[in-house]
Amino acid sequence: MAAEKNVETTGLLGWVDERFPLTSNWKAHLSEYYAPKNFNFWYFFGSLATLVLVLQIVTGIFLTMHYKPDAARAFESVEYIMRDVPWGWLVRYMHSTGASAFFIIVYLHMFRGLIYGSYRKPRELIWIFGCLIFLTLMAEAFFGYLLPWGQMSYWGAQVIVNLFSAIPIIGPELSVWIRGDYVVGDATLNRFFAFHVIAIPLVLLGLVVAHILALHEVGSNNPDGVEIKLKKDAKGRPLDGIPFHPYYTVHDIMGVSVFLLVFTAVIFFAPEMGGYFLEYNNFIPADPLKTPAHIAPVWYFTPYYSILRAITTEFLTWGLTPFLLVYLAVVWMSSAKALSKLIATIAVGALVVGFMVLDAKFWGVVGMGAAVLVFFSLPWIDNSRVKSIRYRPDWHKYMYALFVVVFVVLGYFGVQAPSAIGERISQVCTLLYFGFFLFMPWWSEIGEFKPVPDRVTFAPH
Amino acid sequence: MKLQIHSLIARLAAPLVALGLALSPLAAQASGESLKLDRFPTEKLNNEAALQNGAKLFVNYCLNCHSASLMRYNRLQDIGLTDVQIRDNLLFTGTKVGDTMKTSMSVADAKSWFGALPPDLSVTARSRASADGSGADWLYTYLRSFYRDTSRATGWNNSIFPNVGMPHVLWELQGTRGATIEETKSDKGDGHGHGFAKTVISLGADGIRTEKTEKLTGGHPHEGTEISLTPAVGGKLSQADYDGQIADLVAYMTYMSDPSAKTRQRLGTWVLLFLTLFTALAWWLNKEYWKDVK
Repeated sequence: MAAEKNVETTGLLGWVDERFPLTSNWKAHLSEYYAPKNFNFWYFFGSLATLVLVLQIVTGIFLTMHYKPDAARAFESVEYIMRDVPWGWLVRYMHSTGASAFFIIVYLHMFRGLIYGSYRKPRELIWIFGCLIFLTLMAEAFFGYLLPWGQMSYWGAQVIVNLFSAIPIIGPELSVWIRGDYVVGDATLNRFFAFHVIAIPLVLLGLVVAHILALHEVGSNNPDGVEIKLKKDAKGRPLDGIPFHPYYTVHDIMGVSVFLLVFTAVIFFAPEMGGYFLEYNNFIPADPLKTPAHIAPVWYFTPYYSILRAITTEFLTWGLTPFLLVYLAVVWMSSAKALSKLIATIAVGALVVGFMVLDAKFWGVVGMGAAVLVFFSLPWIDNSRVKSIRYRPDWHKYMYALFVVVFVVLGYFGVQAPSAIGERISQVCTLLYFGFFLFMPWWSEIGEFKPVPDRVTFAPH
Repeated sequence: MKLQIHSLIARLAAPLVALGLALSPLAAQASGESLKLDRFPTEKLNNEAALQNGAKLFVNYCLNCHSASLMRYNRLQDIGLTDVQIRDNLLFTGTKVGDTMKTSMSVADAKSWFGALPPDLSVTARSRASADGSGADWLYTYLRSFYRDTSRATGWNNSIFPNVGMPHVLWELQGTRGATIEETKSDKGDGHGHGFAKTVISLGADGIRTEKTEKLTGGHPHEGTEISLTPAVGGKLSQADYDGQIADLVAYMTYMSDPSAKTRQRLGTWVLLFLTLFTALAWWLNKEYWKDVK
């Protein structure tokens, strides 16, 4: 017989602890998980993202009870929820507002990681899991957006699925395979429903668990980018760390209540949010025979959509090709290894040849994908001597500010109908967007860095 | 040296950002034509008598051809009607008070009369919203902008919905309007460079059409069409009374597009009040705990 486990707890909790790591997990992840005491505003968004994830799952379950994933009935079943299901309108508005809130929170959460270098050693895997969560979230939002079966749902899905047909050789077959039909139809709606309510949420939950486990393994970064585990007291507790529970639980409750104030203000007073959270066109049932004059994705996808639209044949020749050649020149002038130089040369060469051979539409899709995937590379392209923006040269702040502006401007033009000037500005912004990342290995190490303190900076409240 | 280059980039970036922002409204203008819409008097939404009158107009005039198949008759309790009142005043024969608002026109008739099924109006007040104005603004303008046009099969046209398939159902109330349509086009036909010609089409309230084209000289003409409507003649209602009736109808359609809106806003006030209190408590709790953290 196996030896009895020795536990400190008694009674029912003791009984449980002998059979399940309850107290030990509570300690490891909450009451004895030491988080830096100098968290600021930017550190609310992790817990808020978790909250919104739970809200989306719970409201989603209730919506599923009444929603009909059937092309003939989907639109009316959503309005049925809005009208005839008790509190259905609240659940639906929570879910639709929650989708946008999720992206706002996740973008702010990612921005936090960006400015404080939270992706850097030893937190690369946290970042990778986070990027995977972001990708999965985009898929979740995309599949979910088809379900109300309005004009924007329908034509948005049609446009995005058609993008796959730009892939050489297999493209057309692939897009039919994704849709399950030659046009977006009932088959598409059913499979998107399956992806939205079960497949993607499972992946999402798994990734979130991995993200948090990885975080708790290495500990949180903080606005100073100082490793608190380097300075410990006699009991082995970080000097600048405080138990997550109760200090950050009460702190996050405060963050949650402020968030809920804004969130409920939107739900109760502006659920359409001026046509950004619920698009006006989506109140017209999907009509495969009537293409809307202007098809735009929901706001959170528009920066990427702008990049897709910016990539024209002209831009490939006069924008991206010179841009990549400059990049290659910088690589060759740098002290990079010969092998890296060779790889860069082959890659740029292949791209430039590809630009001439393949359709701009295909490269638009590649550009859009690359704009999302490029985030994965951050831990390896940031050569800054310090983690946090606080101790980086002042002009680095302008670089991040510029990146934010570029992202917002791209988003803005993604919402607008195509225009000559919008296209030009989007193209400039596309180059700036990619330039920010591609040239980061060099710009991130240049400038006058400030001395990083030994301990975090903290003023008692 | 390197340092200088990068501070230069930073300095260059700032005006670029400013430029990007300065240009953005231009692009917004460049994208698509905008409609000039009259503003729907929103205070009607809080006026129960107006909403009830709107419901009556909707049932009497719109429901003959359009459905509002997502709206149940007994939901009209929201706007102060009892089931008995609904049954006695608003129901078609054979419909029950728990039914949704369906037109009695058959699909086959609709197709032969109008070429297409008239759209369901349940959520039209939401779908017609745009950057130009709310869906209510659009409806309010649309229902007051019909004019006589004998070139159309129905004999009617609309200045904000050109060549609309719907006739002016409320014409007896409003009377008939004529229109002056000014079309400015570049005429490249004669090969003498780039000129502009203006065609003025006058449609009388009686449907009589006159057309006149002249070449434009001087000035800086732009291509485009402008429609101005003449005042209505021969209606049962005055202009102001007709506008009032339409405002009632649009108020009803706005209510119908999101029937929970009022409950939502009433409840929302309490939710925000509660959360304000809760936030204060959470702030206080946080402060008490964080006293320990030195």
